Amino acid sequence: MTKQVSTGPTTLTILQDVSLEIAIGEACAILGASGSGKTTLLALLAGLDVPSAGEVHINGANLFALDEDGRARLRRNQVGFVFQSFQLLPALTALENVMLPLELAGNDGARAKAAAWLTRVGLAERLEHYPRQLSGGEQQRVAVARAFASEPRLLFADEPTGNLDSATGEEIISLMFALNRESRTTLLLVTHDEAIARRCPRQFKLVAGRLTSDEHR
Amino acid sequence: MSTVDRLSAGAVLLLAARMLGRDWRAGEQRVLAVALIVAVASLTTVAFFADRVGRTLTREANQLLGADLVVVSDSPIGASFGNEARRLGLAVTEAVRFPSMAQAKDRALLTEVKAVSSGYPLRGRLRIRESADGPDFDPARIPAPGNVWVDDRLLRRLDLRIGDRVDLGQREFTVAGVVSEEPESSVGFLNLGPRLMFNIDDLASTALVQVGSRVSYRLFVAGDMQGVAAFRNYAARTIRLGQRVEDIREARPEINSALTRAERFLGLSALLTVILAGVAVALAARRYLQRHLDACAVMRCLGASQTLILTLHVLQFAIVGLIASAIGCFIGFLCQYLLAALLAPIVSVSLPAPGWLPVLQGLIAGFVLLLGFALPPLFALRKVPTLRVLRRDLGVPDSFGISAYLLGGAVMSGLILWQAQDPKLGMYVLGGVLGTMMASAVLTLLVLRLLSSVSRGAGLNWRFGLANLRRHTMGTVIQVIALGLGMMALILLTLVRSDLLESWQRSLPPNAPNRFLVNIQADQIGEIADFFAGRQLQPPTLFPMIRGRLVEVNGKLVSSKDYAEDRARRLIDREFNLSWTEKMQADNVIVAGRWFAASDAGKPLLSVEEGIAETLGLKLGDDLTYDIGGSRLTAKISSLRTVDWDSFRVNFFVITPPGVLEHYPGSFVTSLHLPPSRSVVMDEIVKRFPNLLVIDVAAILAQVQRMMDQVVRAIEFVFLFSLTAGLLVLFAAVSSTHDERVFDAAVMRTLGASSGQLRAVQVAEFVLIGALAGLLAALGASAVGFVLAKQVLNVPYSIDAWIWLVGLVAGAIGVATAGLLGTAKVLRTPPMQVFRASA
Repeated sequence: MTKQVSTGPTTLTILQDVSLEIAIGEACAILGASGSGKTTLLALLAGLDVPSAGEVHINGANLFALDEDGRARLRRNQVGFVFQSFQLLPALTALENVMLPLELAGNDGARAKAAAWLTRVGLAERLEHYPRQLSGGEQQRVAVARAFASEPRLLFADEPTGNLDSATGEEIISLMFALNRESRTTLLLVTHDEAIARRCPRQFKLVAGRLTSDEHR
Repeated sequence: MSTVDRLSAGAVLLLAARMLGRDWRAGEQRVLAVALIVAVASLTTVAFFADRVGRTLTREANQLLGADLVVVSDSPIGASFGNEARRLGLAVTEAVRFPSMAQAKDRALLTEVKAVSSGYPLRGRLRIRESADGPDFDPARIPAPGNVWVDDRLLRRLDLRIGDRVDLGQREFTVAGVVSEEPESSVGFLNLGPRLMFNIDDLASTALVQVGSRVSYRLFVAGDMQGVAAFRNYAARTIRLGQRVEDIREARPEINSALTRAERFLGLSALLTVILAGVAVALAARRYLQRHLDACAVMRCLGASQTLILTLHVLQFAIVGLIASAIGCFIGFLCQYLLAALLAPIVSVSLPAPGWLPVLQGLIAGFVLLLGFALPPLFALRKVPTLRVLRRDLGVPDSFGISAYLLGGAVMSGLILWQAQDPKLGMYVLGGVLGTMMASAVLTLLVLRLLSSVSRGAGLNWRFGLANLRRHTMGTVIQVIALGLGMMALILLTLVRSDLLESWQRSLPPNAPNRFLVNIQADQIGEIADFFAGRQLQPPTLFPMIRGRLVEVNGKLVSSKDYAEDRARRLIDREFNLSWTEKMQADNVIVAGRWFAASDAGKPLLSVEEGIAETLGLKLGDDLTYDIGGSRLTAKISSLRTVDWDSFRVNFFVITPPGVLEHYPGSFVTSLHLPPSRSVVMDEIVKRFPNLLVIDVAAILAQVQRMMDQVVRAIEFVFLFSLTAGLLVLFAAVSSTHDERVFDAAVMRTLGASSGQLRAVQVAEFVLIGALAGLLAALGASAVGFVLAKQVLNVPYSIDAWIWLVGLVAGAIGVATAGLLGTAKVLRTPPMQVFRASA
């Protein structure tokens, strides 16, 4: 897969001929310095962005043969996300934020399920709080609960601890790995933190848009 | 400003222009510019029109008067005035004006008749045609004896041609010319009847000037200024009761005031647009501020002084303000032609081209709006902490709060007071605007709270839409009020108006009198009864009518100068119609004192209508003295009555018992219901009794309604600007939350929302806003309708379900459509782009 961005006369190559295959249930980390293209790779794998060349297949479905709505449908049914800056909707309460993917998928017991997930991440007391009333760690817990609530087969995490202090970050990572084990989700984690990356059995390294290593431990 | 930060004024201006260019490409200033354009266009549309009417009144003053000075009297003026004018070297001519029935081909038409003597008019233009499609010309003479000149209306309505015969009173005339332009025709609402002009030498032979006829004698004077001034002094000393002097300065004051009032109303309607546009400007400027905080912080880091930053931004806004106001003026210039066309049937003279003053007004208004609503945020921009470069959460400086808009509020209040041109009216309007806004805000907040407490069970879209509205409570309230006011104005003018009119028409009994017969002479009473009986019609009851002028109250002389109110002054200046009767009209109700007993016959007692008593400050027990044809009658008020004027029965303000007025000269009046199939009876009665005046109530009502329709259409046109401004507020509010919407959409997309789902959430939000605004509009319009029905028209008012339905549905659909158009880009932005920007 290749991703190029043209800025006026020059064309910037962000990803160059990246090719990788991840098995169901695997937990992988994508490591790389700032600007190495790791977030772009994640975005392409999740269908949040469109490559200049190449394809992404998720469970046999060619992501870019689908239109924007088709990709959204696929994400709705199979993919969960955790972002560096949480990306919670400020107008919705913690509970409503977690309910959102369930409701978008037309899930009936959205409220009960969302409440159950928030309880699992330790926020049973904060269901009706708005994001601005929560600490960074709490917000990220809500994001984690939201990611797992729709029981995705594939979970993407983009620097999930990037905006948190190290203790809180550690908590979140532990929570994510625990939930991942319980739900047998395929995990794809983008990070620049070697320590976090080492917790994944498989690690990809990106340097200047190229995949330089693919380590299994 | 010579230099700022060692940059020359030219360099600063150039830099500001370049920055404006960039901002414009980014779309930052568009909402602001459009809001200014709409506000200025709306104001100048009315201002240009008012300017044209004002010019007409000045230019046409001579034309309106037909002289430099006119002595008007309700009895023959006498020779002394004319002699004095001639002695002073002034030109003099006379005319007699009165309403009469013009008859031709078995039809009769109420006509404003004018008998003129040679030399008429002394000033202004008189032009006639002597053949159907010939050119018009200045005849330089008056109609020859036996001839009349008529206007197009009379020609058309009596189906006349030049050379045809027309009867006036006892006399037959030949139509010799058609008047295309004449003095004393009015600019304004009073130009109802057709007109006819003939030679004063023929007046006696018509036998139309009789006891009780409402005749206006006019002496026209013109000449050099000194002579006119001397004559004015002489006239002021010499005039008696029932006479007055009119000159150019006070030509037709009643017309002036009617038009001024209409203009003022249109002006205030235009102000609603300005208020809404001010809100849009404020919202746009706020967004501008939020988007420029970073840039300003960086500029501060790079060494720009606060003054330079402020200067650059003020200059940018000034350039936008100037261009937008100029465009607004141009649009206003075009739109005023439409307004003039809508009002043409009422103004009834050709208007001159507008002047430049409205352009100045438009530019000032545009800048005042900018000053009041865009400057406060700009001042905040100047105080951006440099540290924001490192810490973006160092938000907007403190000075940016509600208090910053105090200036805007003050500016708006000033504009309203200025436009109202009357402190009392201005305060009423201001209070009304503030009250409506506050009530609307409270209502909107209540409904939002109510909705969110019941929204738990609702679907995702509604809950999400509502959550968005509550997130920007203030913004939501502003949008709802802005749209609600625009819609309310239109609902009032369309649905409520027709409802009220129907209620009023329904409240009239089907057999209410539809014709008045005026000017019946005492010796005609028997013949008139026979006339009706001979046509199998019930002879109508005739009421005596004696004309008298109120000269003293409780022995003290009264003059129109003693009264502030227009209506009171008119009542004192004119003659009253007095009557006597034993039995009170069925629709009258005594509210004070008691009605005459049989034993009161011959006693000097009066029963006075309550409204007129209030206007003139009269009370039970007051002694009133009337001058009736030169002799005096003093009588005591023994009762006050209310009168149902809508009944169209003959009613009098002042009534005496029998035996008091009988020996004074007077005439008789009656009203009757004539089925449409018998309307020819009126033509026959005029043929038989040519001195009678027939007033066709239905025709007059129809005419008044046509005129009202014209005025309403003009006001509707002005309110269209308000609705546009309301939509602009919506658009500005939507733009100010654009970034948040894009973010929300990106998150939802990532979580798998389809375009349909995204759109549904947006639609839910806009439908809620639209429905709320519609609800508010329907509520407001119904409330105003209710007050009008109860207080003004005295008719029952039933709540019209249509108003609510139309308000809710039109509001929801309209706002959802506009909102979706405004947020189309939200759906197209790829999620990753958004996250990168917000990271």
